Amino acid sequence: MNTLFGEGKSKAKKIAFKSVEEYPEAPISLGATLSNFTGDWRTFMPVVDDAKCVKCYICWKFCPEPAIFIREDGYVGIDYDYCKGCGICANECPTKAITMVKEEK
Amino acid sequence: MEYKPIKKVISGNYAAAYAARDARVEVVAAYPITPQTSIIEKISEFLANGEVENLQYVPVESEHSAMAACIGASAAGARAFTATSAQGLALMHEMLHWASGARLPVVMVNVNRAMAPPWSVWDDQTDSLAQRDTGWMQFYAENNQEVYDGVIMAFKVAETVNLPAMIVESAFILSHTYDIVEMIPQELVDEFLPPRKPLYTLTDFDNPIAVGALGTPADYYEFRYKIEKSMEEAREVIHKVGKEFGERFGRDYSQMIELYRTEDADFVFMGLGSLMGTVKQAVDVLRSEGYKVGAAKVRWFRPFPKEELYELAKNVEGIAVLDRNFSFGQEGILFNEAKGVLYNTDAHPLIKNYIVGLGGRDFTVSDVKKIAENMKGIIEAKKLDREVEWYHLKR
Repeated sequence: MNTLFGEGKSKAKKIAFKSVEEYPEAPISLGATLSNFTGDWRTFMPVVDDAKCVKCYICWKFCPEPAIFIREDGYVGIDYDYCKGCGICANECPTKAITMVKEEK
Repeated sequence: MEYKPIKKVISGNYAAAYAARDARVEVVAAYPITPQTSIIEKISEFLANGEVENLQYVPVESEHSAMAACIGASAAGARAFTATSAQGLALMHEMLHWASGARLPVVMVNVNRAMAPPWSVWDDQTDSLAQRDTGWMQFYAENNQEVYDGVIMAFKVAETVNLPAMIVESAFILSHTYDIVEMIPQELVDEFLPPRKPLYTLTDFDNPIAVGALGTPADYYEFRYKIEKSMEEAREVIHKVGKEFGERFGRDYSQMIELYRTEDADFVFMGLGSLMGTVKQAVDVLRSEGYKVGAAKVRWFRPFPKEELYELAKNVEGIAVLDRNFSFGQEGILFNEAKGVLYNTDAHPLIKNYIVGLGGRDFTVSDVKKIAENMKGIIEAKKLDREVEWYHLKR
């Protein structure tokens, strides 16, 4: 399991429209949050250094999106499909285990 | 069923209320304002008397909320209606964008009333024309019959192209003046205007949607284009619906500009709404005196009847645009639109703007005759004396 969404994540499909004809007539949201990937809004991405992580899960509590999850080994993982790169996790981490790295696209 | 109209002598406002009833509106949310109030009073009377089924009337604390309630109802799939005037319409302005942007076919009657200050309750088109860029279709009624017919047709057009529509009538000249209106028996209205089939509804639980969502720069642009595409399609829909209305009920609305005695006209008067009734009468008088003049009544201001204006402009030497409205720092709004349409064409008649009737100033047949005299001189000289004339100004 690599996300808060569990099995649901494997079914999630990013909705993107290639031409104007593909768009719905009205600006409605199709599908739930699961299908609306917000990760491409990001400029800086959080990177976790497991060597510094003390498994306090403060980052997990503060993340305003469902973008931080607890891995099976007890360390934290980041779901980059939903992480908007706000940096709150890095700011809150008491051991500075999370750094924000500029993402090249 | 054979069409036998129900004739009644009613005000323009009652014509609007009866039309909303006959269109089987499901939700009405409105706030009183002169000169609109008797529309919603009449609708609440229908409700109190048990004359309507399946109607929810939502009393609200402002026009902004009235439109918000109509938007919510329309998003849930209902046929929603409201009415307002002037300051009330201005207060609704934000929500007008929400209705069109969310592609909801709300229909509203706006009774043209001059914007304050100074306070005025009289006829002036600036309130509705200032909503030009909100994505609402706009139909201007010449008389009480056109108010009734307009509301019923507006629902059909709006629900076909998924855009809201505004039926505009004049303060007092129509709103409180009684005239014969031919109403259509309910079964025949039902045949013409079947129940709404919404594109999406909030109550379709098998296909959940969210409305009012964020559109990032990656998507907003395409939704704007879709509104414009539907506006363009609306021209064809208006033509078809207006033609069908004529075939069923004897009054043809297939033309977005109604032409009156323009065939061999040297010049024409062009304008919106009730003042064109006065102009038509003046055209008859002028024709009897040897003037070759006609009238072009712009029924639909949005979408704008570009093609029809071009066809008209090709065949006349002059157009006198009568604006009961004004855009400060520029000119009359219809005049501005007309010049814009013709610039990139080969039709360039002499076109002059007369600012008339602001704030309910009387505009009569003798005024039209004076303007005709002025236009005749302009055409003989092949040159405008001035572009914009404040016709009534006390000097």
